Amino acid sequence: MIILEDVHYSYDGVYTALRGISLQVDDGERFAVIGANGAGKTTMVKHMNGLLRPQKGRVILDGRDTKFMSVAEIARKVGLVFQNPDHQLFLDSVKKEVEFGLRNIGFTESEAAQRRQKTLASLGLEGFAERSPFTLSGGERKRVALASVLSTEPRFLALDEPTIGQDAHQKNQLAQMLAEMNKRGRTVVVVTHDIEFVIENFPRTIAMADGQIIADGSTNMVLSNDEVIERCSLAPPQMTLAARALRNVFPEVGQRLTLLSELEETIMGILGGA
Amino acid sequence: MALIEFADFSFKYLGADSLALKRIKLTIDNGEYVVITGPSGCGKTTFCRAINALVPQFHRGYVAGNVYTDGKNTREYEVATFASVAGLVFQNPENQLVTLDVEKEIAFGPENLGVAPSEIRRRVEELIELLDLEELREKHPHEMSGGEQQRVAIAATLALKPKVLVADEPTSNLDPQSAEAILEIIAHLNKRGMAVVLVEHRLDLVAKDASRIILMDKGRIVADGDPREVLAMDLCEEIGVGVPKATQVYKRLKTRGIELGNVPLTGVELAELVQEATSR
Repeated sequence: MIILEDVHYSYDGVYTALRGISLQVDDGERFAVIGANGAGKTTMVKHMNGLLRPQKGRVILDGRDTKFMSVAEIARKVGLVFQNPDHQLFLDSVKKEVEFGLRNIGFTESEAAQRRQKTLASLGLEGFAERSPFTLSGGERKRVALASVLSTEPRFLALDEPTIGQDAHQKNQLAQMLAEMNKRGRTVVVVTHDIEFVIENFPRTIAMADGQIIADGSTNMVLSNDEVIERCSLAPPQMTLAARALRNVFPEVGQRLTLLSELEETIMGILGGA
Repeated sequence: MALIEFADFSFKYLGADSLALKRIKLTIDNGEYVVITGPSGCGKTTFCRAINALVPQFHRGYVAGNVYTDGKNTREYEVATFASVAGLVFQNPENQLVTLDVEKEIAFGPENLGVAPSEIRRRVEELIELLDLEELREKHPHEMSGGEQQRVAIAATLALKPKVLVADEPTSNLDPQSAEAILEIIAHLNKRGMAVVLVEHRLDLVAKDASRIILMDKGRIVADGDPREVLAMDLCEEIGVGVPKATQVYKRLKTRGIELGNVPLTGVELAELVQEATSR
Protein backbone atom coordinates (compact mmCIF):
# COMPACT_ATOMS: atom_id res chain seq x y z
CA MET A 1 0.00 0.00 0.00
CA ILE A 2 1.20 3.54 -0.73
CA ILE A 3 -0.04 6.42 1.39
CA LEU A 4 0.70 10.06 0.62
CA GLU A 5 0.06 12.35 3.60
CA ASP A 6 -0.18 16.09 2.97
CA VAL A 7 2.74 15.99 0.54
CA HIS A 8 4.27 19.33 -0.49
CA TYR A 9 7.03 19.81 -3.04
CA SER A 10 8.70 22.71 -4.80
CA TYR A 11 11.49 22.29 -7.36
CA ASP A 12 12.94 25.76 -6.98
CA GLY A 13 11.52 27.07 -3.70
CA VAL A 14 9.41 29.62 -5.58
CA TYR A 15 6.79 27.69 -7.49
CA THR A 16 5.01 24.98 -5.50
CA ALA A 17 4.37 21.91 -7.63
CA LEU A 18 2.50 19.92 -4.97
CA ARG A 19 0.37 21.63 -2.37
CA GLY A 20 -0.89 19.10 0.15
CA ILE A 21 -1.51 15.80 -1.64
CA SER A 22 -3.19 13.10 0.44
CA LEU A 23 -3.94 9.80 -1.20
CA GLN A 24 -4.20 6.12 -0.45
CA VAL A 25 -3.32 3.52 -3.08
CA ASP A 26 -4.39 -0.02 -2.15
CA ASP A 27 -2.70 -3.15 -3.43
CA GLY A 28 -4.21 -4.37 -6.69
CA GLU A 29 -5.82 -1.05 -7.66
CA ARG A 30 -5.92 0.36 -11.17
CA PHE A 31 -6.41 4.10 -11.60
CA ALA A 32 -5.69 7.11 -13.81
CA VAL A 33 -4.32 10.53 -12.89
CA ILE A 34 -5.47 13.38 -15.12
CA GLY A 35 -4.76 17.11 -15.13
CA ALA A 36 -3.43 19.97 -17.27
CA ASN A 37 0.31 20.28 -18.01
CA GLY A 38 1.94 21.61 -14.86
CA ALA A 39 -0.80 20.32 -12.53
CA GLY A 40 1.72 18.21 -10.61
CA LYS A 41 0.87 14.75 -11.95
CA THR A 42 4.42 13.68 -12.78
CA THR A 43 5.76 15.23 -9.56
CA MET A 44 3.24 13.17 -7.62
CA VAL A 45 4.16 9.84 -9.23
CA LYS A 46 7.85 10.58 -8.75
CA HIS A 47 7.07 10.68 -5.03
CA MET A 48 5.57 7.20 -5.28
CA ASN A 49 8.83 5.64 -6.45
CA GLY A 50 11.18 7.73 -4.33
CA LEU A 51 12.74 9.80 -7.12
CA LEU A 52 11.48 12.79 -5.15
CA ARG A 53 11.01 13.01 -1.38
CA PRO A 54 8.39 15.30 0.13
CA GLN A 55 9.59 18.59 1.59
CA LYS A 56 6.60 18.52 3.90
CA GLY A 57 4.32 15.57 4.60
CA ARG A 58 5.12 11.86 4.26
CA VAL A 59 5.03 9.03 1.75
CA ILE A 60 4.48 5.61 3.36
CA LEU A 61 5.30 2.54 1.26
CA ASP A 62 4.18 -0.77 2.78
CA GLY A 63 4.23 0.80 6.23
CA ARG A 64 7.65 2.48 5.91
CA ASP A 65 8.39 6.16 5.45
CA THR A 66 10.24 6.52 2.11
CA LYS A 67 12.48 9.12 3.74
CA PHE A 68 14.32 6.21 5.35
CA MET A 69 14.48 4.00 2.24
CA SER A 70 17.00 4.05 -0.63
CA VAL A 71 15.88 4.62 -4.22
CA ALA A 72 17.07 1.08 -5.06
CA GLU A 73 14.92 -0.35 -2.29
CA ILE A 74 11.86 1.56 -3.47
CA ALA A 75 12.51 0.83 -7.16
CA ARG A 76 12.23 -2.89 -6.45
CA LYS A 77 8.61 -2.31 -5.45
CA VAL A 78 7.59 0.64 -7.58
CA GLY A 79 8.42 0.80 -11.29
CA LEU A 80 8.08 4.07 -13.19
CA VAL A 81 8.00 4.51 -16.96
CA PHE A 82 8.88 8.05 -17.98
CA GLN A 83 6.96 10.13 -20.51
CA ASN A 84 10.00 10.59 -22.76
CA PRO A 85 11.65 7.24 -23.59
CA ASP A 86 14.90 9.03 -24.41
CA HIS A 87 15.28 9.86 -20.71
CA GLN A 88 15.29 6.16 -19.98
CA LEU A 89 16.97 4.26 -22.81
CA PHE A 90 20.77 4.09 -22.88
CA LEU A 91 21.96 0.71 -24.19
CA ASP A 92 22.72 -0.22 -27.79
CA SER A 93 20.20 -3.03 -28.24
CA VAL A 94 16.59 -3.56 -27.30
CA LYS A 95 17.55 -6.92 -25.79
CA LYS A 96 20.19 -5.40 -23.47
CA GLU A 97 17.85 -2.56 -22.56
CA VAL A 98 15.09 -4.89 -21.39
CA GLU A 99 17.39 -7.42 -19.70
CA PHE A 100 19.34 -4.74 -17.83
CA GLY A 101 16.65 -4.16 -15.22
CA LEU A 102 15.86 -7.87 -14.93
CA ARG A 103 19.51 -8.82 -14.27
CA ASN A 104 19.82 -5.96 -11.79
CA ILE A 105 17.03 -7.26 -9.62
CA GLY A 106 18.52 -10.74 -9.62
CA PHE A 107 17.02 -12.76 -12.45
CA THR A 108 19.35 -15.35 -13.99
CA GLU A 109 20.44 -14.94 -17.58
CA SER A 110 17.95 -17.50 -18.88
CA GLU A 111 15.06 -16.15 -16.76
CA ALA A 112 15.83 -12.64 -17.98
CA ALA A 113 15.89 -13.79 -21.60
CA GLN A 114 12.59 -15.59 -21.19
CA ARG A 115 10.87 -12.59 -19.61
CA ARG A 116 12.35 -10.28 -22.21
CA GLN A 117 11.00 -12.40 -25.06
CA LYS A 118 7.54 -12.63 -23.55
CA THR A 119 7.29 -8.90 -22.86
CA LEU A 120 8.58 -7.85 -26.29
CA ALA A 121 6.08 -10.20 -27.95
CA SER A 122 3.13 -8.88 -25.98
CA LEU A 123 4.06 -5.31 -26.98
CA GLY A 124 4.42 -6.16 -30.67
CA LEU A 125 8.22 -5.84 -30.54
CA GLU A 126 9.22 -9.38 -31.51
CA GLY A 127 12.01 -9.18 -34.08
CA PHE A 128 13.37 -5.98 -32.53
CA ALA A 129 15.69 -7.60 -29.94
CA GLU A 130 18.94 -6.92 -31.79
CA ARG A 131 18.03 -3.41 -33.00
CA SER A 132 19.47 -0.31 -31.38
CA PRO A 133 16.69 1.66 -29.68
CA PHE A 134 18.03 4.75 -31.39
CA THR A 135 17.18 3.44 -34.87
CA LEU A 136 13.55 2.90 -33.88
CA SER A 137 10.60 5.23 -34.41
CA GLY A 138 9.31 7.37 -31.53
CA GLY A 139 6.39 5.03 -30.86
CA GLU A 140 8.63 1.96 -30.91
CA ARG A 141 11.16 3.51 -28.50
CA LYS A 142 8.27 4.28 -26.19
CA ARG A 143 7.28 0.61 -26.17
CA VAL A 144 10.89 -0.46 -25.48
CA ALA A 145 10.91 1.82 -22.43
CA LEU A 146 7.60 0.27 -21.34
CA ALA A 147 8.95 -3.24 -21.90
CA SER A 148 12.04 -2.59 -19.77
CA VAL A 149 9.85 -1.80 -16.78
CA LEU A 150 6.85 -4.07 -17.46
CA SER A 151 9.14 -7.12 -17.75
CA THR A 152 10.20 -6.73 -14.10
CA GLU A 153 6.54 -6.81 -13.00
CA PRO A 154 6.94 -4.45 -10.05
CA ARG A 155 4.17 -4.61 -7.44
CA PHE A 156 3.34 -0.97 -8.15
CA LEU A 157 3.61 0.20 -11.70
CA ALA A 158 3.36 3.90 -12.62
CA LEU A 159 3.30 4.95 -16.28
CA ASP A 160 3.61 8.57 -17.38
CA GLU A 161 1.70 9.20 -20.64
CA PRO A 162 2.11 5.66 -21.99
CA THR A 163 -0.17 6.13 -25.03
CA ILE A 164 1.72 9.00 -26.70
CA GLY A 165 2.63 8.09 -30.27
CA GLN A 166 0.84 4.73 -30.09
CA ASP A 167 -1.71 3.63 -32.66
CA ALA A 168 -5.04 1.97 -31.87
CA HIS A 169 -3.67 -1.61 -31.95
CA GLN A 170 -0.78 -0.79 -29.67
CA LYS A 171 -3.03 1.00 -27.22
CA ASN A 172 -5.21 -2.11 -27.04
CA GLN A 173 -2.17 -4.33 -26.55
CA LEU A 174 -0.92 -2.09 -23.77
CA ALA A 175 -4.35 -1.95 -22.11
CA GLN A 176 -4.57 -5.73 -22.24
CA MET A 177 -1.15 -6.16 -20.71
CA LEU A 178 -1.92 -3.75 -17.90
CA ALA A 179 -5.24 -5.48 -17.24
CA GLU A 180 -3.50 -8.87 -17.01
CA MET A 181 -0.84 -7.56 -14.64
CA ASN A 182 -3.56 -5.95 -12.57
CA LYS A 183 -5.43 -9.27 -12.41
CA ARG A 184 -2.27 -10.86 -11.06
CA GLY A 185 -2.45 -8.39 -8.19
CA ARG A 186 -0.17 -5.59 -9.46
CA THR A 187 -1.19 -1.99 -8.83
CA VAL A 188 -1.32 0.11 -11.99
CA VAL A 189 -1.23 3.92 -12.05
CA VAL A 190 -1.37 5.81 -15.33
CA VAL A 191 -0.80 9.54 -15.82
CA THR A 192 -2.49 10.61 -19.04
CA HIS A 193 -4.38 13.16 -21.11
CA ASP A 194 -5.90 10.35 -23.14
CA ILE A 195 -9.42 10.49 -21.85
CA GLU A 196 -10.72 7.67 -24.06
CA PHE A 197 -7.99 5.37 -22.72
CA VAL A 198 -9.08 6.24 -19.18
CA ILE A 199 -12.78 5.68 -19.86
CA GLU A 200 -12.15 2.29 -21.40
CA ASN A 201 -9.61 0.94 -18.93
CA PHE A 202 -9.61 2.60 -15.51
CA PRO A 203 -12.36 2.38 -12.90
CA ARG A 204 -10.89 5.10 -10.64
CA THR A 205 -9.70 8.56 -11.70
CA ILE A 206 -7.86 11.23 -9.74
CA ALA A 207 -8.00 14.75 -11.20
CA MET A 208 -5.31 17.28 -10.32
CA ALA A 209 -5.03 21.04 -10.79
CA ASP A 210 -2.51 23.53 -9.40
CA GLY A 211 -0.73 20.93 -7.28
CA GLN A 212 -3.86 19.67 -5.59
CA ILE A 213 -6.32 16.83 -6.02
CA ILE A 214 -9.63 18.32 -7.17
CA ALA A 215 -11.55 15.08 -7.66
CA ASP A 216 -11.03 11.42 -6.77
CA GLY A 217 -13.64 8.75 -7.46
CA SER A 218 -15.19 6.56 -10.11
CA THR A 219 -14.06 7.48 -13.61
CA ASN A 220 -17.64 7.93 -14.72
CA MET A 221 -18.34 10.40 -11.91
CA VAL A 222 -15.08 12.37 -12.25
CA LEU A 223 -15.30 12.69 -16.05
CA SER A 224 -18.98 13.66 -16.07
CA ASN A 225 -18.03 16.77 -14.10
CA ASP A 226 -17.67 19.70 -16.53
CA GLU A 227 -15.61 21.69 -14.04
CA VAL A 228 -13.07 18.87 -13.82
CA ILE A 229 -12.88 18.63 -17.62
CA GLU A 230 -12.28 22.38 -17.86
CA ARG A 231 -9.70 22.65 -15.05
CA CYS A 232 -7.80 19.64 -16.39
CA SER A 233 -7.62 21.22 -19.89
CA LEU A 234 -9.34 18.16 -21.31
CA ALA A 235 -11.61 18.11 -24.31
CA PRO A 236 -14.99 16.42 -23.67
CA PRO A 237 -14.97 12.97 -25.31
CA GLN A 238 -16.61 12.82 -28.76
CA MET A 239 -19.23 10.40 -27.42
CA THR A 240 -20.22 12.90 -24.72
CA LEU A 241 -20.54 15.65 -27.36
CA ALA A 242 -22.68 13.36 -29.52
CA ALA A 243 -24.88 12.46 -26.56
CA ARG A 244 -25.32 16.12 -25.64
CA ALA A 245 -26.30 17.08 -29.18
CA LEU A 246 -28.76 14.18 -29.32
CA ARG A 247 -30.25 15.06 -25.94
CA ASN A 248 -31.36 18.45 -27.31
CA VAL A 249 -33.72 16.63 -29.67
CA PHE A 250 -34.29 13.30 -27.95
CA PRO A 251 -34.79 13.94 -24.24
CA GLU A 252 -34.68 10.21 -23.50
CA VAL A 253 -30.89 10.17 -24.11
CA GLY A 254 -29.18 9.69 -20.74
CA GLN A 255 -26.99 12.18 -18.90
CA ARG A 256 -23.97 9.96 -18.36
CA LEU A 257 -23.23 8.37 -21.67
CA THR A 258 -19.55 7.86 -22.16
CA LEU A 259 -18.97 4.52 -23.84
CA LEU A 260 -19.20 3.99 -27.57
CA SER A 261 -21.36 0.87 -27.12
CA GLU A 262 -23.85 2.84 -24.99
CA LEU A 263 -24.24 5.46 -27.69
CA GLU A 264 -24.60 2.78 -30.32
CA GLU A 265 -27.49 1.20 -28.37
CA THR A 266 -29.12 4.59 -27.81
CA ILE A 267 -29.07 5.34 -31.54
CA MET A 268 -30.41 1.85 -32.27
CA GLY A 269 -33.23 2.66 -29.86
CA ILE A 270 -33.98 5.94 -31.66
CA LEU A 271 -33.68 4.58 -35.21
CA GLY A 272 -34.51 0.91 -34.67
CA GLY A 273 -38.19 1.41 -35.43
CA ALA A 274 -37.63 3.96 -38.20
CA MET B 1 3.84 21.51 -61.25
CA ALA B 2 3.02 19.73 -58.02
CA LEU B 3 4.29 21.29 -54.80
CA ILE B 4 5.66 17.92 -53.67
CA GLU B 5 6.20 14.87 -55.83
CA PHE B 6 7.38 11.45 -54.68
CA ALA B 7 8.54 9.63 -57.82
CA ASP B 8 8.85 5.94 -56.94
CA PHE B 9 10.88 6.84 -53.86
CA SER B 10 12.34 4.21 -51.52
CA PHE B 11 14.61 4.67 -48.52
CA LYS B 12 16.38 2.46 -46.00
CA TYR B 13 18.24 3.89 -42.99
CA LEU B 14 21.88 2.83 -42.57
CA GLY B 15 21.93 -0.26 -40.39
CA ALA B 16 18.20 -0.98 -40.70
CA ASP B 17 17.03 -4.33 -42.06
CA SER B 18 14.03 -3.15 -43.99
CA LEU B 19 12.97 -0.20 -46.12
CA ALA B 20 11.40 2.69 -44.21
CA LEU B 21 9.69 3.88 -47.42
CA LYS B 22 8.80 1.54 -50.28
CA ARG B 23 8.19 2.90 -53.76
CA ILE B 24 6.18 5.95 -52.74
CA LYS B 25 4.40 7.63 -55.63
CA LEU B 26 2.19 10.64 -54.99
CA THR B 27 1.83 14.36 -55.49
CA ILE B 28 0.69 17.05 -53.07
CA ASP B 29 -0.55 20.36 -54.45
CA ASN B 30 -0.68 23.91 -53.12
CA GLY B 31 -3.45 24.50 -50.60
CA GLU B 32 -4.03 20.84 -49.65
CA TYR B 33 -4.42 19.69 -46.02
CA VAL B 34 -3.02 16.18 -45.96
CA VAL B 35 -3.13 14.03 -42.83
CA ILE B 36 -0.68 11.12 -42.79
CA THR B 37 -1.51 8.31 -40.41
CA GLY B 38 -0.71 4.66 -39.80
CA PRO B 39 0.80 2.32 -37.20
CA SER B 40 3.92 3.57 -35.41
CA GLY B 41 7.02 2.67 -37.39
CA CYS B 42 5.10 2.74 -40.69
CA GLY B 43 7.31 5.43 -42.23
CA LYS B 44 5.38 8.64 -41.44
CA THR B 45 8.35 10.50 -39.95
CA THR B 46 10.66 9.35 -42.76
CA PHE B 47 8.08 10.63 -45.25
CA CYS B 48 8.18 14.09 -43.60
CA ARG B 49 11.99 14.13 -43.56
CA ALA B 50 12.08 13.21 -47.25
CA ILE B 51 10.03 16.29 -48.15
CA ASN B 52 12.75 18.72 -47.05
CA ALA B 53 15.80 16.59 -47.93
CA LEU B 54 16.74 15.63 -44.33
CA VAL B 55 16.27 12.18 -45.85
CA PRO B 56 18.61 11.31 -47.58
CA GLN B 57 21.06 14.16 -46.92
CA PHE B 58 21.16 14.32 -43.11
CA HIS B 59 19.79 10.84 -42.36
CA ARG B 60 21.78 8.72 -44.78
CA GLY B 61 20.98 5.36 -46.25
CA TYR B 62 19.95 3.47 -49.35
CA VAL B 63 17.89 5.58 -51.78
CA ALA B 64 15.98 4.78 -54.95
CA GLY B 65 13.70 7.09 -56.90
CA ASN B 66 13.37 10.83 -56.32
CA VAL B 67 11.46 13.46 -54.39
CA TYR B 68 10.83 16.86 -55.94
CA THR B 69 9.87 19.64 -53.57
CA ASP B 70 8.83 22.82 -55.35
CA GLY B 71 10.25 21.26 -58.50
CA LYS B 72 13.72 20.69 -57.04
CA ASN B 73 15.21 17.24 -56.60
CA THR B 74 15.94 16.72 -52.88
CA ARG B 75 19.02 14.67 -53.78
CA GLU B 76 20.56 17.45 -55.80
CA TYR B 77 20.00 20.69 -53.86
CA GLU B 78 21.29 21.53 -50.38
CA VAL B 79 19.03 21.00 -47.37
CA ALA B 80 19.00 24.78 -46.79
CA THR B 81 17.29 25.28 -50.16
CA PHE B 82 14.25 23.45 -48.88
CA ALA B 83 14.03 25.26 -45.53
CA SER B 84 12.18 28.10 -47.18
CA VAL B 85 9.84 25.76 -49.05
CA ALA B 86 8.92 23.11 -46.48
CA GLY B 87 8.82 24.15 -42.82
CA LEU B 88 9.10 21.25 -40.38
CA VAL B 89 7.59 21.23 -36.91
CA PHE B 90 8.30 18.31 -34.57
CA GLN B 91 6.70 16.59 -31.60
CA ASN B 92 8.99 18.13 -29.04
CA PRO B 93 9.32 21.92 -29.49
CA GLU B 94 12.18 22.03 -26.95
CA ASN B 95 14.38 20.29 -29.50
CA GLN B 96 13.67 23.01 -32.00
CA LEU B 97 14.06 26.24 -30.02
CA VAL B 98 17.55 27.69 -30.13
CA THR B 99 17.51 31.25 -28.79
CA LEU B 100 16.45 32.99 -25.60
CA ASP B 101 13.38 34.97 -26.60
CA VAL B 102 10.47 34.93 -28.97
CA GLU B 103 11.64 37.71 -31.29
CA LYS B 104 15.12 36.24 -31.68
CA GLU B 105 13.65 32.81 -32.22
CA ILE B 106 11.43 34.00 -35.08
CA ALA B 107 14.25 36.10 -36.59
CA PHE B 108 16.84 33.29 -36.38
CA GLY B 109 15.90 31.49 -39.61
CA PRO B 110 15.56 34.50 -41.92
CA GLU B 111 18.76 36.03 -40.45
CA ASN B 112 20.63 32.91 -41.43
CA LEU B 113 19.26 33.11 -44.95
CA GLY B 114 20.40 36.73 -45.24
CA VAL B 115 16.96 38.34 -45.37
CA ALA B 116 17.06 42.16 -45.04
CA PRO B 117 16.67 43.42 -41.44
CA SER B 118 13.61 45.55 -42.25
CA GLU B 119 11.91 42.54 -43.80
CA ILE B 120 12.82 40.38 -40.79
CA ARG B 121 11.32 43.03 -38.48
CA ARG B 122 8.11 42.94 -40.51
CA ARG B 123 7.84 39.15 -40.43
CA VAL B 124 8.50 39.00 -36.68
CA GLU B 125 5.68 41.47 -35.95
CA GLU B 126 3.31 39.76 -38.35
CA LEU B 127 3.91 36.33 -36.82
CA ILE B 128 3.66 37.60 -33.25
CA GLU B 129 0.21 38.84 -34.13
CA LEU B 130 -0.83 35.79 -36.18
CA LEU B 131 0.17 33.29 -33.48
CA ASP B 132 -0.91 35.47 -30.55
CA LEU B 133 2.56 35.64 -28.98
CA GLU B 134 2.44 39.22 -27.66
CA GLU B 135 2.36 38.08 -24.02
CA LEU B 136 5.31 35.78 -24.56
CA ARG B 137 7.53 38.46 -26.11
CA GLU B 138 9.76 38.81 -23.04
CA LYS B 139 9.53 35.24 -21.84
CA HIS B 140 12.38 32.72 -21.93
CA PRO B 141 11.35 29.62 -23.95
CA HIS B 142 12.09 27.38 -20.97
CA GLU B 143 9.56 29.27 -18.86
CA MET B 144 6.84 28.58 -21.41
CA SER B 145 4.33 25.75 -21.40
CA GLY B 146 4.59 23.08 -24.10
CA GLY B 147 1.73 24.67 -26.04
CA GLU B 148 3.40 28.10 -25.92
CA GLN B 149 6.72 26.62 -27.03
CA GLN B 150 5.01 24.87 -29.93
CA ARG B 151 3.38 28.16 -31.01
CA VAL B 152 6.82 29.81 -31.01
CA ALA B 153 8.31 26.88 -32.95
CA ILE B 154 5.58 27.22 -35.59
CA ALA B 155 6.17 30.98 -35.82
CA ALA B 156 9.91 30.40 -36.27
CA THR B 157 9.17 27.91 -39.04
CA LEU B 158 6.74 30.28 -40.77
CA ALA B 159 9.31 33.09 -40.68
CA LEU B 160 11.00 31.42 -43.63
CA LYS B 161 7.75 31.79 -45.60
CA PRO B 162 7.44 28.12 -46.50
CA LYS B 163 4.86 26.97 -49.02
CA VAL B 164 4.05 23.89 -46.97
CA LEU B 165 3.99 23.30 -43.23
CA VAL B 166 5.07 19.75 -42.41
CA ALA B 167 4.15 18.90 -38.83
CA ASP B 168 5.13 15.56 -37.30
CA GLU B 169 2.79 14.84 -34.36
CA PRO B 170 3.07 18.47 -33.18
CA THR B 171 0.51 18.07 -30.40
CA SER B 172 1.18 14.66 -28.92
CA ASN B 173 3.03 16.04 -25.88
CA LEU B 174 0.40 18.73 -25.21
CA ASP B 175 -2.72 18.64 -23.09
CA PRO B 176 -5.92 18.37 -25.12
CA GLN B 177 -6.85 22.07 -24.92
CA SER B 178 -3.38 23.26 -25.96
CA ALA B 179 -3.45 20.61 -28.70
CA GLU B 180 -6.74 21.94 -29.99
CA ALA B 181 -5.38 25.50 -30.04
CA ILE B 182 -2.37 24.42 -32.14
CA LEU B 183 -4.60 22.46 -34.53
CA GLU B 184 -6.87 25.50 -34.91
CA ILE B 185 -3.84 27.59 -35.88
CA ILE B 186 -2.79 24.97 -38.44
CA ALA B 187 -6.31 24.83 -39.93
CA HIS B 188 -6.31 28.65 -40.08
CA LEU B 189 -2.96 28.71 -41.91
CA ASN B 190 -4.37 26.23 -44.41
CA LYS B 191 -7.43 28.43 -44.98
CA ARG B 192 -5.05 31.29 -45.76
CA GLY B 193 -3.59 29.14 -48.51
CA MET B 194 -0.68 27.27 -46.98
CA ALA B 195 -0.41 23.57 -47.77
CA VAL B 196 -0.27 21.36 -44.67
CA VAL B 197 1.14 17.87 -44.21
CA LEU B 198 0.29 16.67 -40.70
CA VAL B 199 1.26 13.37 -39.10
CA GLU B 200 -1.26 12.40 -36.44
CA HIS B 201 -2.69 9.30 -34.74
CA ARG B 202 -5.62 11.02 -33.10
CA LEU B 203 -7.96 11.39 -36.02
CA ASP B 204 -10.77 12.41 -33.66
CA LEU B 205 -8.96 15.77 -33.53
CA VAL B 206 -7.92 16.34 -37.14
CA ALA B 207 -10.04 14.37 -39.62
CA LYS B 208 -12.60 17.19 -39.81
CA ASP B 209 -9.97 19.70 -41.01
CA ALA B 210 -8.24 17.49 -43.59
CA SER B 211 -8.90 17.58 -47.33
CA ARG B 212 -7.13 14.24 -47.76
CA ILE B 213 -5.97 11.33 -45.60
CA ILE B 214 -3.07 9.06 -46.48
CA LEU B 215 -2.77 5.72 -44.68
CA MET B 216 0.69 4.18 -44.46
CA ASP B 217 1.62 0.67 -43.37
CA LYS B 218 5.10 -0.91 -43.38
CA GLY B 219 6.57 1.84 -45.56
CA ARG B 220 3.85 1.78 -48.19
CA ILE B 221 0.85 3.93 -48.95
CA VAL B 222 -2.19 1.69 -48.53
CA ALA B 223 -4.99 4.26 -48.92
CA ASP B 224 -5.16 7.87 -50.09
CA GLY B 225 -8.27 9.96 -50.54
CA ASP B 226 -11.18 11.89 -49.05
CA PRO B 227 -11.19 11.52 -45.23
CA ARG B 228 -14.73 10.15 -45.08
CA GLU B 229 -14.05 7.57 -47.75
CA VAL B 230 -10.73 6.47 -46.28
CA LEU B 231 -11.98 6.23 -42.69
CA ALA B 232 -15.03 4.23 -43.76
CA MET B 233 -12.71 1.48 -45.06
CA ASP B 234 -12.28 -1.68 -42.95
CA LEU B 235 -8.58 -1.50 -43.72
CA CYS B 236 -8.27 1.21 -41.03
CA GLU B 237 -9.15 -1.21 -38.22
CA GLU B 238 -7.06 -3.95 -39.81
CA ILE B 239 -3.84 -1.95 -39.66
CA GLY B 240 -4.63 -0.24 -36.36
CA VAL B 241 -5.62 3.30 -37.31
CA GLY B 242 -7.52 5.17 -34.58
CA VAL B 243 -10.76 5.79 -36.46
CA PRO B 244 -12.78 8.66 -34.90
CA LYS B 245 -15.31 7.35 -32.37
CA ALA B 246 -18.21 8.86 -34.33
CA THR B 247 -17.07 7.02 -37.47
CA GLN B 248 -16.80 3.79 -35.46
CA VAL B 249 -20.42 4.16 -34.31
CA TYR B 250 -21.45 4.74 -37.94
CA LYS B 251 -19.70 1.52 -39.00
CA ARG B 252 -21.21 -0.54 -36.19
CA LEU B 253 -24.71 0.73 -36.98
CA LYS B 254 -24.18 -0.12 -40.63
CA THR B 255 -23.42 -3.76 -39.82
CA ARG B 256 -26.74 -3.80 -37.92
CA GLY B 257 -28.67 -2.51 -40.91
CA ILE B 258 -28.82 1.21 -40.03
CA GLU B 259 -27.54 3.43 -42.87
CA LEU B 260 -26.87 7.03 -41.82
CA GLY B 261 -26.33 8.35 -45.35
CA ASN B 262 -23.00 10.06 -44.76
CA VAL B 263 -19.86 9.19 -42.76
CA PRO B 264 -19.58 11.34 -39.60
CA LEU B 265 -16.16 12.43 -38.33
CA THR B 266 -17.27 14.08 -35.07
CA GLY B 267 -19.83 13.43 -32.35
CA VAL B 268 -21.87 16.46 -33.40
CA GLU B 269 -21.96 15.31 -37.05
CA LEU B 270 -23.13 11.90 -35.85
CA ALA B 271 -25.96 13.47 -33.83
CA GLU B 272 -27.01 15.56 -36.86
CA LEU B 273 -27.12 12.49 -39.11
CA VAL B 274 -29.28 10.64 -36.58
CA GLN B 275 -31.69 13.59 -36.47
CA GLU B 276 -31.87 13.72 -40.27
CA ALA B 277 -32.53 9.98 -40.39
CA THR B 278 -35.52 10.32 -38.02
CA SER B 279 -37.06 13.12 -40.07
CA ARG B 280 -36.85 11.18 -43.34
